[in-house]
Amino acid sequence: MSQTRKQLLVDPLVDNNPITLQVLGICSALAVTSSLSVAFVMSLAVIAVTGFSSLFISFLRNYIPNSIRIIVQMVIIASLVILVDQIIKAYAYEISKTLSVFVGLIITNCIVMGRAEAFAMKNTPFNSFVDGVGNGLGYSLLLMCVGVVRELFGSGTLFGITVLDPVNNGGWYVPNGLLLLPPSAFFIIGFLIWGVRSWKKSQVEAREFKIQSLEVH
Amino acid sequence: MSDSNNIFTKFKNMPVDGIVKTVIVATALCFVCSMVVSFAAVNLKSIQEVNKTIDKQKNILQVAGVYHEGIDVNKTFSSFQPLVVDLNSGKFTDKFDPSIFDDKKAAQDPLLSVSLENDPASIGRRTNYATIYLLKKDDGSLDKVILPIHGYGLWSTLYGFIALEDNLNDIFGLQFYQHAETPGLGAEVDNPKWKAQWKGKKLNNKNGELMIQVAKTQKYKEHHIDALAGATLTSNGVDNLVRFWMGKDGFKKFLNNLKNGAA
Repeated sequence: MSQTRKQLLVDPLVDNNPITLQVLGICSALAVTSSLSVAFVMSLAVIAVTGFSSLFISFLRNYIPNSIRIIVQMVIIASLVILVDQIIKAYAYEISKTLSVFVGLIITNCIVMGRAEAFAMKNTPFNSFVDGVGNGLGYSLLLMCVGVVRELFGSGTLFGITVLDPVNNGGWYVPNGLLLLPPSAFFIIGFLIWGVRSWKKSQVEAREFKIQSLEVH
Repeated sequence: MSDSNNIFTKFKNMPVDGIVKTVIVATALCFVCSMVVSFAAVNLKSIQEVNKTIDKQKNILQVAGVYHEGIDVNKTFSSFQPLVVDLNSGKFTDKFDPSIFDDKKAAQDPLLSVSLENDPASIGRRTNYATIYLLKKDDGSLDKVILPIHGYGLWSTLYGFIALEDNLNDIFGLQFYQHAETPGLGAEVDNPKWKAQWKGKKLNNKNGELMIQVAKTQKYKEHHIDALAGATLTSNGVDNLVRFWMGKDGFKKFLNNLKNGAA
């Protein structure tokens, strides 16, 4: 075990971020980032699911038959997601209405499956738990960054508190409607990936092909 | 003890990829997971139901203009009287218990609903029975009537309530509690400034013709609500659904009966 636990937790934040480096989990990052409070609850849900699914899968890793391992992982992840969904519906009803189907879709979030398959199947339960939480945090960090931009410039608020007074309510700020629509998250995530890779050059991937220079024969 | 130990070691020593172990692991896992999931679902159901009821009650209070942050929703709501209306006859009915009658379910039930031929609100089937709420003044006379409305916008069905003043023609307010329209455009149906326009508008003209209209251009000031900028289809949807539910296939008969004291 060369990695320490602290690294397991901190690495996925920037150096090995599931969204910016591995480009996983984009779908829900587009859908739930138009308001910060929703993105926050979604983040908590994903952290809980990645952490505990890695924990349980790691506990069972020596008993899981190889032929049905993906199904076993899915069953564990799906049960946890339903559990989280039920709890949110019971204790945060308002937010559950906006999150609607996206909590359920954590099941198909590639980050959860990715960590289960790549890490939890080969490591001890506690390390897997830390790794899961770390990746959940990496996902959350990006979700929150995108959420701040989208909510602030899309509706002029942060966590529902008015920061830039929008024209609709008699203020001066003309909200940028595009930022409230899912495609805007694509642009923001793109800029973030660009930013992170300019900062950490090691994340830049090698070119798969070379653009030919135009030569006249 | 030694016996169960034996079974356990035997299980442990089985080849991980063998058929027997695969079946045992799969069965045990499914069993445990289904137990966890059903335990959570059953135990949290009562809290979820309470949330749903409070949410609906809160919306009724909001549309009637009596909701403030932090009030006891349940207690305030007790001054509202729920009643089930037969939309075909336009009269109250005591066939169902209004506190548990579910309009949405009834709209799916072929015995309790009709398929619409003329369907501007795009709802497919209309329930024959709807739950409405009466708010009485202290002296027992009618203060407000709250009617449920729904219909299709651009992306989703909008569910809401409309509150009418005691003359049953002036609108007090309109509020949607469930929709999935475009944020920033169609979802502006939730904007307090836009909703405030509804207050004081009249449903019908003096001859009893339904005149209320959500449109870009104003024909009659007292019947006109400005359409939402950049959300033509949502605005059309709201226009259609309000006109449908206030029209002859909706609550018109009932409102006339109520006005004449024949409901």
